[in-house]
Amino acid sequence: MATLREVKKRIRSVQSTRRITKAMEMVAAAKLRKAQQRVEQAKPYAQKLDEMLGHLAAGSTGEIAHPYFEERPIKKRTLVVIVSDRGLCGSFNSNILRKTDKWIAEHQDAELELVTVGKRANDYYKRRKTPIIQFHGDWGGVMDYGRAREIAAFLAERFTSGQTDEISLAFTRFVSLVRYVTGVESYLPVARPEVGDGDEGAVSDYIFEPTSEQIYAQLMPSYANTKMITALTESFASEHGSRMMAMGNATKNAGEMVDNLTLEYNKARQAQITKELLEVVSGADALAG
Amino acid sequence: MFRLSIVTPEKTFFDADVASLMVPGSEGYLGVLSNHAPLITALKPGRIEYKDADNNPRFVAVSGGFLEVSGNVATLLADAAEDTEEIDVERARAAYDRAWELLKEAGKTAGRVDVKRARLAMERASNRIKIYEEKHR
Repeated sequence: MATLREVKKRIRSVQSTRRITKAMEMVAAAKLRKAQQRVEQAKPYAQKLDEMLGHLAAGSTGEIAHPYFEERPIKKRTLVVIVSDRGLCGSFNSNILRKTDKWIAEHQDAELELVTVGKRANDYYKRRKTPIIQFHGDWGGVMDYGRAREIAAFLAERFTSGQTDEISLAFTRFVSLVRYVTGVESYLPVARPEVGDGDEGAVSDYIFEPTSEQIYAQLMPSYANTKMITALTESFASEHGSRMMAMGNATKNAGEMVDNLTLEYNKARQAQITKELLEVVSGADALAG
Repeated sequence: MFRLSIVTPEKTFFDADVASLMVPGSEGYLGVLSNHAPLITALKPGRIEYKDADNNPRFVAVSGGFLEVSGNVATLLADAAEDTEEIDVERARAAYDRAWELLKEAGKTAGRVDVKRARLAMERASNRIKIYEEKHR
């Protein structure tokens, strides 16, 4: 019975795997806490900016002219796919990539180009030979506001210069600790704010300084930035949450496996002892007989 | 007294009642007191000054943003905001030098360098340095 030593070896290897998954779970939990905080802290700004845009639209007369509102016939689409750099996070990446594939299949009427955020998306679409115009990797699972602004600036330039006619973001929304929703949301052009949806008896006689056009000129880039920051922070939080869950499950499974293997080991050990005893007894019997 | 909240994309920076507020509007500094008329304005890099409930003046460096005043609530959306104690003056000086180099470069080669961006970066950096130095004189 060589299995005794083999079983022992397997127990040891599963135990060390378990230690690693346990450590990864705890690291992900710590990162999740921080990322979740970022999501929460980014919310007031986005909300207030939305409100301000609404008030601005309600207070200004006539059509709002800003390049970000311009809807053109779509000849080219840009899709920003936001996933993680690293794996071992359960179905986080495959979920969003599946969603993205479906979206791409449904939007075949125009040329498509991708901007990939996270190594996983880049590898995936490089293999599929989908044109990628920019890749942002090596985030280390941490939000970088400067880089988010750079991406937003690049996309805005591409849109306003007419190189692309529509930009969408594919990312995972962090709804709660146990709920992540994947989806593709439009980024540019921005939908014109609804005028007079009268939420709190909106004041419409605002003083604008200098003029509403100039405020729009400054506000719209901030608006686009904020959307990008929201998408990235939520994606990071979802990534850490998924990883924590995946690693938690792995740790649990490894624990069960160790239990089963220990049982098997003890059984084998007992069987061997019984066998040896039998041999001793029958040997003694033979001598006595 | 009116409510002032300063929020940045990263966090809610300040949220409490204040007695007065002074902000760098895009057309120049402007003051806000209680019962101000509804107003929306763009901000440029500069110094926010507000007096808290005990009338102590406070200063905040801001790198552009927007201010909305309506119904005794002032909401200030700042691109970035720092207390005078929080300013990383070394970083600001480095950013200033970098922008300066870029602008010098632009003068030589004409184009290629994003002049507008460099100029804005320089404005933000010099604002931080100015506010820091006012405080630490």
